Amino acid sequence: MNAQAAQPLSDTAFALCLALLLLAPLAIAGVALINTGLGRCRSAAQSLLGSLAIVAVSAIVFLVIGATFAGTPGGAGHVAQLAGKPWNWLGEGSFLLGGLGSAPAQSQLALLFEFLAVAMAAIIPWGSGADRLRLSAGCAIAALLAATVFPLLAHWVWADGWLAQLGVNFSLGAGFLDGGGAATVHVLGGLSALAVVWIAGPRKGKFPKEGLSTALPGHNAVYVLFGCLLALVGWLGWNVAGAVLWLHAPLSALPVTAINTLLTAAGAGAATFAITRARFGKPDASLCANGWLAGLVASSACAGIITPVESLFVGVVAGVAAPLLVELFELALSIDDPSGAITVHAVGGLLGLLAAGVFAPQTGQLVAQLVGIATLLGLILPLVYLLFWLLNRVVAFRVDPDGERIGMDLHELGGGAYPEFVIHRDESYR
Amino acid sequence: MKYAGLLVMPAGFFLSIAALVLFADPVQRAAFVLCGLAVECLGLVVTVRGHMAARGESRP
Repeated sequence: MNAQAAQPLSDTAFALCLALLLLAPLAIAGVALINTGLGRCRSAAQSLLGSLAIVAVSAIVFLVIGATFAGTPGGAGHVAQLAGKPWNWLGEGSFLLGGLGSAPAQSQLALLFEFLAVAMAAIIPWGSGADRLRLSAGCAIAALLAATVFPLLAHWVWADGWLAQLGVNFSLGAGFLDGGGAATVHVLGGLSALAVVWIAGPRKGKFPKEGLSTALPGHNAVYVLFGCLLALVGWLGWNVAGAVLWLHAPLSALPVTAINTLLTAAGAGAATFAITRARFGKPDASLCANGWLAGLVASSACAGIITPVESLFVGVVAGVAAPLLVELFELALSIDDPSGAITVHAVGGLLGLLAAGVFAPQTGQLVAQLVGIATLLGLILPLVYLLFWLLNRVVAFRVDPDGERIGMDLHELGGGAYPEFVIHRDESYR
Repeated sequence: MKYAGLLVMPAGFFLSIAALVLFADPVQRAAFVLCGLAVECLGLVVTVRGHMAARGESRP
């Protein structure tokens, strides 16, 4: 597969890609269910309503602002000359998608992919801010991501931007490769989650003055595990469509991409199952879900590039790392991330991007992937933190203490997700 | 301290970009990109430590 050898899509490839992209919202639904299940029962309705609102806001803002700057492959862009090389740093699309109907088929599919990708990226930090992030703040974060950082990154990676052109300009393999959105969606979402957690702070009672952090387990393991199964379907569609669109894979290579996606998730799920069973005596459902999802996220970067055995290996590494990092972040680094999004999406995505460089056959591919990772950590994280810090001054991220005490459902929606349940008193608020 | 860490991270990014422009040799280029990543990791560690300190002060 060669990211530099773009060919017009055949009718078959177009139809297949469109059909696969129509499965992708299942991945968003899966992540939304996982976020809800890992939160507390008194915030469940707010969590799912927030997910819906975030998908809506991100789509509208991306239409009005983001799509103009994200651009599509082969589209116009703002190019700066530096050291004799062109650096395509910003897209130049038509305002409000004017003329989309007559655009090439590949551009239309690319835009559909980007619309779904921005929704997924925006929903990730919502899970990390569970139980204390206000609905308006979640929507504002989605709007900010859809208007600024996501279009920038999507253009660099997918729309012939400077990261995609590393191969042409600097002979670094096929340029930065990200077939399924590991960088533009998951690492961006995971780093945004980290910024949200830092700015909003931990849930009340999570880190007491003395002793270990308080365990605040998710309220519904069934949502979480069913979300994992839904996510698998969505991810299969996403990775295979991404392989066609961004990696220009031939149709004959697509079954391997799907198999790799499944194997990475399977390896990760099995590894987390084994690790948690070995450590705690019994497998931990929420950590297994985190491991499974970390495998899927890692596959986003490399499923279209590596072999099935390598995919399994990447999955096992992701599955071993996920439960250990969730614990490390909470116990050692005081990071209160209810959905584990920082581990799953940021670390899983970075692992996948690295694996794509290590196992790719092209010379220089590893350096191209490292430059992409350096961009995400060194530029995108500080930028997202700065933007969120400013946004927090305008739209306060965190709910007031009373709202946190009674739960986000009652405080923000006026009614709970489970009105017939009797909610017991929380000992941590004594 | 956390803001200092966040300022160090872009420095690492620009080191990585400088590697692309300054070096043609693949080994030198890779080494310089890795140095940039190391600087970013240093900044990330400082930022994490900064947030941990802030968290400790605000624990209920």
